[in-house]
Amino acid sequence: VASEHVGQLGQAPALAGSGEEQDPEDQLNKAFMALADPVRRKILARLAQGDATVNQLAEPFTVTVQAISKHLQVLEGAGLITRSRDAQRRPCHLNTPALSPLADWIENYRQLAEERFQRLDALLEKGEA
Amino acid sequence: MSTNTTTVDAPANTPFIDTVRDFDAAPERVFRAFTDPELVAKWLGPRNYVITIDTFDARPGGRYRYIHTDTEGNQFAFRGVFHDVQAPLTIIQTFEFEGYPGQVSIESMNFEDLGGRTRISQHSVFPSVESRDMIVASGMEGGLKESMDRLEELLAAEG
Repeated sequence: VASEHVGQLGQAPALAGSGEEQDPEDQLNKAFMALADPVRRKILARLAQGDATVNQLAEPFTVTVQAISKHLQVLEGAGLITRSRDAQRRPCHLNTPALSPLADWIENYRQLAEERFQRLDALLEKGEA
Repeated sequence: MSTNTTTVDAPANTPFIDTVRDFDAAPERVFRAFTDPELVAKWLGPRNYVITIDTFDARPGGRYRYIHTDTEGNQFAFRGVFHDVQAPLTIIQTFEFEGYPGQVSIESMNFEDLGGRTRISQHSVFPSVESRDMIVASGMEGGLKESMDRLEELLAAEG
């Protein structure tokens, strides 16, 4: 239920259209910062498959549950995830709408590079280069 | 068909973009594809754009300039200077989109020998975070459209 998400307390991203108004660029910067860490990227990848609790998220890592909690705080602050207020489990939920501007930005840049390089692949394969 | 893919990292609040890509060919060949203008013309730039190489002198101190023309006749020119060119290991060059004069980035490309294969690591440094974001965003519209086209092709081929 939406009203149970921490996002309602003011941490939901402006991009998702709820919560406190935030400068979209500021939000984008926060999101990029949050994504700069490989553990946090893995956490997001896991959440893309479905909601999970802190303990479930900590399982694949050698770091402590406390360390994972810290990462979750950063992700939450950046608006990339939301957490249920259910005190026992507090499952984490991927805030998909907040991710799309980020994904567009880098993915489009990457696609352009990929396209060039695939043509170069073809040249190398044909022995023209 | 190559299965190599490109990774791009653009850390927040930095003016950097890092791109890494492997190729199934020795560094000498890949390096030549980056420095021989005839070969460069065959792969550089968005698909469906015509590339015109104005000048391309891949030696330390040499200049380059090329123009992309889209299907509607719009032209986009890019230019720079080769600061360092060491076959088959390194290219360091400046890069400027003439549509944003003065926003010059520095691109360092390393060619790593993976034993018959090559890993290219490119590190781009823009004058500011804003400059990086603006220049990348300016290339996005076309990129998005082409991605959709490619997705279409992929679905058609698999369907």
